[in-house]
Amino acid sequence: MIELVNISKRYKNGVMALSNINLKIEKGEFVFLVGPSGAGKSTIVKMLLKEVAPTQGRIIIDNEDITYIHRRKVPLVRRKTGVVFQDFRLLPNKTVYENVAFAMEIVEASPKEIRRQVPMMLSMVGLSKKAKAYPEQLSGGEQQRVSIARAIVNNPPILIADEPTGNLDPDTSWEIMKLLRQINRRGTTVVMATHAKDIVDLMQQRVIALENGLVVRDEKKGGYGYEN
Amino acid sequence: MKIRSIGYMIKEGLKNLWRNRMMSLASIGSVTAALIILGIILILILNINSLAEGVKEQFDAVQVYLEEGIDQGRIEEIGKEISQIEGIKDIKYESKQEALENMKKRWGEHGYLLEGLETNPLPNSYIVFLEDVQQSSTVVSILQGIQGVDEVKFYKDIIDKLINITNFIKMVGLVIIVILIAISIFIIGNTIKLTVAARRREINIMKYVGATNWFIRWPFLIEGSMLGLIGSALAIALIFIAYRYVYDFITTQMYVMITAYFLPVQLILDNLIVIFLILGSGIGALGSILSMRKYLKV
Repeated sequence: MIELVNISKRYKNGVMALSNINLKIEKGEFVFLVGPSGAGKSTIVKMLLKEVAPTQGRIIIDNEDITYIHRRKVPLVRRKTGVVFQDFRLLPNKTVYENVAFAMEIVEASPKEIRRQVPMMLSMVGLSKKAKAYPEQLSGGEQQRVSIARAIVNNPPILIADEPTGNLDPDTSWEIMKLLRQINRRGTTVVMATHAKDIVDLMQQRVIALENGLVVRDEKKGGYGYEN
Repeated sequence: MKIRSIGYMIKEGLKNLWRNRMMSLASIGSVTAALIILGIILILILNINSLAEGVKEQFDAVQVYLEEGIDQGRIEEIGKEISQIEGIKDIKYESKQEALENMKKRWGEHGYLLEGLETNPLPNSYIVFLEDVQQSSTVVSILQGIQGVDEVKFYKDIIDKLINITNFIKMVGLVIIVILIAISIFIIGNTIKLTVAARRREINIMKYVGATNWFIRWPFLIEGSMLGLIGSALAIALIFIAYRYVYDFITTQMYVMITAYFLPVQLILDNLIVIFLILGSGIGALGSILSMRKYLKV
């Protein structure tokens, strides 16, 4: 589903963020990207979102080489990956329902589909009753669940979560993890960059550890492996 | 793009307009102000043009006035003499009566003023068209030597000066118009920039979800065009009211000679509406596209 071949990235200021990374993530996998700050997790996430281009190497998503695609095709690639951020990134002036529907309006889904799909997603993340609430009226965990609903409402094959529990307390974090796991079980490939040791240790999923732009560990059922 | 998306974009564009209504109001105001000045210049140019054309038409020939009381035979003789002069293209006789009729026509709706005359003060005359205006002075002196000719009128100098002045005014007017358009684009661009900056987050999210650039751009484009359109509509309305007032004032209070070339309100309005609506929406669209470029790079 995701393949990074000989990827290197040198930023303009000379920092070598990634050097010669080779990764292969299969369809339906649940993968943690771990490592200290500056290890290159964010760079990988940004590359998968076509926000940053590699200096060298190739990125293949869903059997398509997206390394050098035309600017105009970038939106189409992004539709294959749902994204969840640490800071939720919800629109404050739209209700929960509208925030989720927004993602479907953007890909020009029909109103009928939107009316069918959005309530389904909201019930899946357990927020049916808060459909009319605004983001500021919700707790952090609830907001993150809205952003997850938004990320998967268009049924992308890949879900990328960049520190999704970074702003949440342990109990809420765990709720979010259960939700991500549930999405993963439906067949969505999940890639999660995180610092949360407990979560990684508990989930017992594939762990890819990065350090100074290198993959230092890649375990099928691993733990966080750092003492933080 | 799908049709239902157009509805979404218009809705979003209008929402933006309302959301920062103070800024919208400010830019509508500046566009209106700019277009009003532009309209005044345009009206000035159009009127001067009409005046110049009219004057040119009227004075493009040498007018040879004949003395009062000479008989028909002598008049015809004079006509023959004139047509024998070298450098003359055409010659036309205009009797007193015809002259009066023509004047009535020229004065248009004010022609009735001439009906009160007891005697016709206009002389018989020949209108002489020259082959080459350069030779006008020699021809004129010959014409003046013919017996029975009272006066020779030729307005070449005036026409030349008039053309020069109108050209100059047109040039200056055009320069001012271009500057005003640039300023308007800048002002609308700035307003859109504020909206865009305020909605950076939204644009950012849209890009991550996979919105195309045009999908993001359209609402702002619509917002900009709406600003321009509303501004131009206001300008048209104000100019219409003002021009009608000025027109009524001038045509009732001033000499017919001048006002006959004053363009009627309807004509001005027909010209301005199309120009302004295109200009207004164009200014708005251009302003928003220019100010958005930076924000679309994610």
